[in-house]
Amino acid sequence: MRKALRPLLHPLLRPVLTATACSLATLATLMATLPAAQAADKIKVGLVTTLSGPAGAPGIDVRDGFNLALRHLNNKLGNLPAEVIIGDDQFNPEAGKQIADRFAKRERVDIMTGIIYSNILLAAAPVAFESKIPFISANAGPSQLAGKGCSPWFVSAAWQNDANHEAAGQHATAKGYKNAYFMAPNYPAGKDAAAGFKRFYKGKIVDEVYVKLGQLDFAAELAQLRAAKPEALYVFFPGGMGINFVKQFVASGLSKDITLLLPGFSADQDTIPAVGDAMLGIFNTSQWSPDMDNAENQRFVPEFVKEFKRQPSIYASQGYDAALHIDNAVKAVKGKIEDRESFMKALKSAKLKSTRGEYRLANNGFPIQNYYLRVIGKNAQGVLTNKSMGTIFTNHGDAYAKECPLK
Amino acid sequence: MSWILILEQSLNGLQFGLMLFLLAAGLTLVFGIMDMINLAHGSLYMVGAYLMATLTQASGSYWIGLPLAVLATAAVGMLLEVSILRRLYQRDHMTQVLATFALILISNELVRIIWGAQPVMLNTPDALSGPVDLLPGLSYSAYRLLIIGVGLVVAVLLYFLVTRTRTGMLVRAGASNREMATAMGVDIKRLFTLVFGFGAALCAVAGAMLGPILAVQVGMGENILILAFVVIVIGGIGSIRGALVGSMLVGVVDTIGRAFLPHLFREFLPPAMASNLGPAVASILIYVLMAGVLFWKPQGLFPARG
Repeated sequence: MRKALRPLLHPLLRPVLTATACSLATLATLMATLPAAQAADKIKVGLVTTLSGPAGAPGIDVRDGFNLALRHLNNKLGNLPAEVIIGDDQFNPEAGKQIADRFAKRERVDIMTGIIYSNILLAAAPVAFESKIPFISANAGPSQLAGKGCSPWFVSAAWQNDANHEAAGQHATAKGYKNAYFMAPNYPAGKDAAAGFKRFYKGKIVDEVYVKLGQLDFAAELAQLRAAKPEALYVFFPGGMGINFVKQFVASGLSKDITLLLPGFSADQDTIPAVGDAMLGIFNTSQWSPDMDNAENQRFVPEFVKEFKRQPSIYASQGYDAALHIDNAVKAVKGKIEDRESFMKALKSAKLKSTRGEYRLANNGFPIQNYYLRVIGKNAQGVLTNKSMGTIFTNHGDAYAKECPLK
Repeated sequence: MSWILILEQSLNGLQFGLMLFLLAAGLTLVFGIMDMINLAHGSLYMVGAYLMATLTQASGSYWIGLPLAVLATAAVGMLLEVSILRRLYQRDHMTQVLATFALILISNELVRIIWGAQPVMLNTPDALSGPVDLLPGLSYSAYRLLIIGVGLVVAVLLYFLVTRTRTGMLVRAGASNREMATAMGVDIKRLFTLVFGFGAALCAVAGAMLGPILAVQVGMGENILILAFVVIVIGGIGSIRGALVGSMLVGVVDTIGRAFLPHLFREFLPPAMASNLGPAVASILIYVLMAGVLFWKPQGLFPARG
């Protein structure tokens, strides 16, 4: 193949090729700007998320949740026919950035969404910001985008990363646990989890233990934990690490003496079926629960189960809410999404009825919403799932919003 | 630091080491005897764990699922050897790495298509799900004791098989000088298929034993494969004895490092520095060990080839 290409790149041919490429590019720009002059007749959504590899389960749920919402809205977002193009970032920030670039420049999407992981969001979302394309997060909410570095083109239909940890800290304080033990992987989100938990936990932290990201065996840490004898234990282990830990924690017999608290995304449908009955009775914190009693959720949960033959996770609810959020904003600007500034304003001022109930956004684009205590139990059909146990925070914003210069 | 805690941590080190040994034994056999770098070894471990999960759920018993999963995975392994890997023996290591890396990606997506993206359930049998009291004040997970037991049995069995049986003799001959073994009339093709199937069966044992305490999910093989490679490089490629010693070393060093280093650092260093440095040093300790072994013994502790 290399040989066949060589004559094409002959020096004499090169200027000709470049000239052709240039005129083609001009033509493409012309063609692309044409529809913008008319009123928008459709909305193009670029969904970047992690769909393959070991880290793919949450991304698949976001995609399925988003698509289910679209179906419920008759494939329209605010009366505009919706076209969704999907890209797989393969859990790789560089790939995520390339896809965002393609969506922004070649596909010319009107809005982007989908990214699960903070490191990928931080690489890919700036591409949207530079092209003045609104970005609505369906999961990741890194603090870098919440404080001084907030962007006028960013909104979130999920949460700021610290929020669930803060709710867990608040719950531990409310329960009056005198001391607590903290464990997380030794990477930035682990340290953020500690900061969030400690911001609202007023008792004594016995010890903070950080392990290698991806660690398999926790026997050594569990032995230390047994020796420390804390009242409560808060751990943040993403994905498979969380499954490993909970299985081993329960098998060690420590669950009888120590109360385990988890953030909602470590105790959801990507973890519960894998651990099984050992998860019964574990408390966790989240902005959503499958049993929430509002019209959107009552439609979302059974239809998701019917469509995909599995229980919806917190990620699926966030994908669903992101679509509702876009729908709401497109309606507010009466379909005139080509006026990006007012479209963005509508996204940000949305007061949204979603699967988690109502939420609105702070100046930095992150939700101000309720956080709930959940416990894992069996539902009416005997399926292991979360049940809500009460409200921990009402209309809770994040700690970084005041540093954000946006209004 | 009480004696009970030190005892418990030593037990943890032993257990983690034997856990790694189950995987490293198969890897070292294939690598050492067939001179084939099989990155897809971790995929067979994953397939073993998934089959174990499915068969256990279907049959309703861990103990029925176990032999079925081991046999099924061995069959998958031999099929893989006959259909694909056999063509790679004559190629250089780079081609083997590329081809078996492709196999990892393919098997990950296949598993996702068959079983779905979310991890599946595989739990400890009820009788072993709790802790048992070993000494007053020392209770230990019953299932982890089973892992220690199975690891030791597999080690003894392998030792017997490799040093006391005719097949073992052929395997050793193949490992130390393949051309000579072929010249002596050993049917290398059949031997390799057999060895590969046996390696796959060991993978399934590892998957079935570790599945109940680890997440059974897509990509579970890659995490542990790196550790298994460290083990066989330390122990000497192709040597079962090396794999056993290497895995015990890695298990104990890693556990001791994780358990005691952060505390040790806190005695000498300011708290902020200690809490940053402790976990970081503990997590690279086994690689320091590997570098040390390779510095003094480039062939590993028990090189199989002369």
